[in-house]
Amino acid sequence: MAIKHPTPMLDELEKGPWPSFVTDIKRAAEAGKEACADLLGQLELSYNDKEGHWKHGGIVGVLGYGGGVIGRYSDVPNLFPGVEHFHTVRVNQPASKFYKTERLREIMDIWNRRGSSMLNMHGSTGDIILLGAFTEQLEPIFAELTQKGWDLGGSGSALRTPECCLGKARCEWACIDTQDICYNLTQEYQDEMHRPAWPYKFKFKISGCPNDCVASIARSDCSIIGTWRDDIRIDQAAVAAYAGGEIPARGGAMGQGVKLDVQKDVVELCPTGCMSYEGGKLAINNRECTRCMHCINLMPKALRPGTDTGATILVGAKAPILEGAQLSSVIIPFIKMEEPYDEFKEFVANTWDWWDENGKNRERIGETIQRLGLQSYLDALGFDPVPQMVKEPRSNPYFFYTEDEVPGGFDRDIEVFRKKHAR
Amino acid sequence: MLFRIKGGNTKMAEMVANRITDIGPPKYDEMWPEIIKNNYGKWLHHEILEPGVLVHVAESGDKLYTVRCGATRLMTTHMVEDYCKIADEFCGGYFRFTTRNNVEFMVTSTEKLEGLKKALAAAGNMPIGGTGHSVTNIVHTQGWVHCHTPAIDASGPVKSVMDALFDYFTSMKLPAQVRIALACCLNMCGAVHCSDIAILGVHRKPPVIEHSHLDKMCEIPTTIASCPTAAIKPSKVDDFKSVAVNADRCMYCGNCYTMCPAMPLADADGDGIAIMVGGKVSNSKCMPKFSKLAIPYIPNEPPRWESTVKAITTILEAYVSGAKRYERIGEWIERIGWERFFDVTGFEFTKRHIDDYRFAATTWRTSTQFKW
Repeated sequence: MAIKHPTPMLDELEKGPWPSFVTDIKRAAEAGKEACADLLGQLELSYNDKEGHWKHGGIVGVLGYGGGVIGRYSDVPNLFPGVEHFHTVRVNQPASKFYKTERLREIMDIWNRRGSSMLNMHGSTGDIILLGAFTEQLEPIFAELTQKGWDLGGSGSALRTPECCLGKARCEWACIDTQDICYNLTQEYQDEMHRPAWPYKFKFKISGCPNDCVASIARSDCSIIGTWRDDIRIDQAAVAAYAGGEIPARGGAMGQGVKLDVQKDVVELCPTGCMSYEGGKLAINNRECTRCMHCINLMPKALRPGTDTGATILVGAKAPILEGAQLSSVIIPFIKMEEPYDEFKEFVANTWDWWDENGKNRERIGETIQRLGLQSYLDALGFDPVPQMVKEPRSNPYFFYTEDEVPGGFDRDIEVFRKKHAR
Repeated sequence: MLFRIKGGNTKMAEMVANRITDIGPPKYDEMWPEIIKNNYGKWLHHEILEPGVLVHVAESGDKLYTVRCGATRLMTTHMVEDYCKIADEFCGGYFRFTTRNNVEFMVTSTEKLEGLKKALAAAGNMPIGGTGHSVTNIVHTQGWVHCHTPAIDASGPVKSVMDALFDYFTSMKLPAQVRIALACCLNMCGAVHCSDIAILGVHRKPPVIEHSHLDKMCEIPTTIASCPTAAIKPSKVDDFKSVAVNADRCMYCGNCYTMCPAMPLADADGDGIAIMVGGKVSNSKCMPKFSKLAIPYIPNEPPRWESTVKAITTILEAYVSGAKRYERIGEWIERIGWERFFDVTGFEFTKRHIDDYRFAATTWRTSTQFKW
């Protein structure tokens, strides 16, 4: 099998300096993959039609799992038989996407023999996405993957594959062990991942610090973001070296020759104004610091997060469908997040119970909270309200009191009222 | 796991008997190179030595050099094998992917670093960059390559935009980092809603209804319930039990199509691209922000998506000339004001820019403070 279909439009995408996916797919087609040859043909047709050519869904999967495989069929199979079935297999990625080549080749070998040889490294949620299998290959692919120690990720109204930043593996700012938390939660909730049983999807994303490199605050129903409670550690000698231009600004993020202006770039851009720089010494009023990371980002050699570390837990992020986009909201301002994470798991169990009980079909937990109110969710968790949970208090006076909160309750006698007030 | 098998399907019974399930992914530490095993949680600081090249220094004094390369996300096993070969030759058989679909190769000495850089340059399809104040790789979705609800392609626009911005990938001359993301429909699998620049596939026509098949393919109550604006109601058409869509209330989100395949939205003339700007996820300095609408509609222009590329280049160039050091695109726009954003980009301000969906009133100006 070589190139089967002319692709004048796609050929244009082989030009230019950025790596070309078209060139790569052509290489696989030339090596004999009919699926790749036909995928190019179908994509060229879409480029002509300005419409996609995949059918809606299709129920396929592997025995005993409700998710992990997404059905996909071509709507022009007579033209492109190699992609008549083009099902997706989600493979749960190792935490932080580190790979040992011999382990990654296990998947590539299975996928070369039984699939299209096309994949995404990685899907938006984090899994390795194997793109394009025929139905009869799904069970053998699953059997071979699990034999080699790989499992499927989540899809459908289930727990989606948890994802984390690289954390302590290579980052000096990680306040929590993101990889261990990610692995622990993934193992703990295998049943919730593989057997969809909820109103809709639920995502965990774990970032080691408020820089939030996995976009946890924007993309996960439960965001676990590392933070600290004590003071930022300062190395005054390194501060002086930044001021003197011996260390480049922001760890060289603008080039090695760029000098940091400690007063202007660090102190004056601090959002809380909690820093000062006098006589060559940097001082931080840590009680007023909101741990935004700006100063640490700019002076990685001079400043480090504190040592009393843990996480802030936020809930409810989602993209706009349906009620509009939401960012996660603070539910637990600080939790230590130490193995075996029992306190966190109890919070998760209570969260899922409340959502199961109250969530409507296809309603993300952020939308359930929006519909029923944050207080209702906090009541279910048994959490006391704290100012850290809001940007500002409400600007309306329309409180909902329960009857037992008001002396005498809600029941009143109109006759008693009328004795004092004429009709 | 227990499975009940009907009849005497011995092949299936064997399959089930030997079945391995719910093992989860390999444990993370199995995938670490030696230097990471030795220094886990003990990193002191890092520096970017040149675009795409980082050094991390551990308490032990160990130095880890990382070279970051742009990748296509959508790739073949051939490309993965190319990465594996590089990793085997220079990195002891280990490498990683970033959350923005870059590839990272790690070495422990400057000698190995030089060899690695030469090999990557020779490969021709592994550009080094994407660190610091750069445009790094574009997070994106499947588009016409694999998705069933896309309004646009994904890989093609990404390739076209990254070709145009290549110089910003291989250098670090921007005021701050710029994160671009693409989602091929309003489901936003690409999480574009908090990006400095967002490329979003949008539909503009209500679903076309296949009355003859709807009742066979869809649950009518679920389909009706799926509409966030209550635009769908039950209807009998030519003796078929079906639904009707109130076009005035439809905002083309496609949620009904997800529930009901008999209501497709895709349309060559209806579909296209919206550009949004100014979002971020980091808590650094200002709080995380949503992306806001800059251009409501650009037609689909395969294969090179010229108008989209031009719009993004325009935004980036205006930002480069107007922003202060360390200002993200959203911070720059908020400082100069949206009036000025439309001035400096030359983008037309239209009625589509005025929100008429949920929480719209929170975005209207409730002050006499504005600019001419």
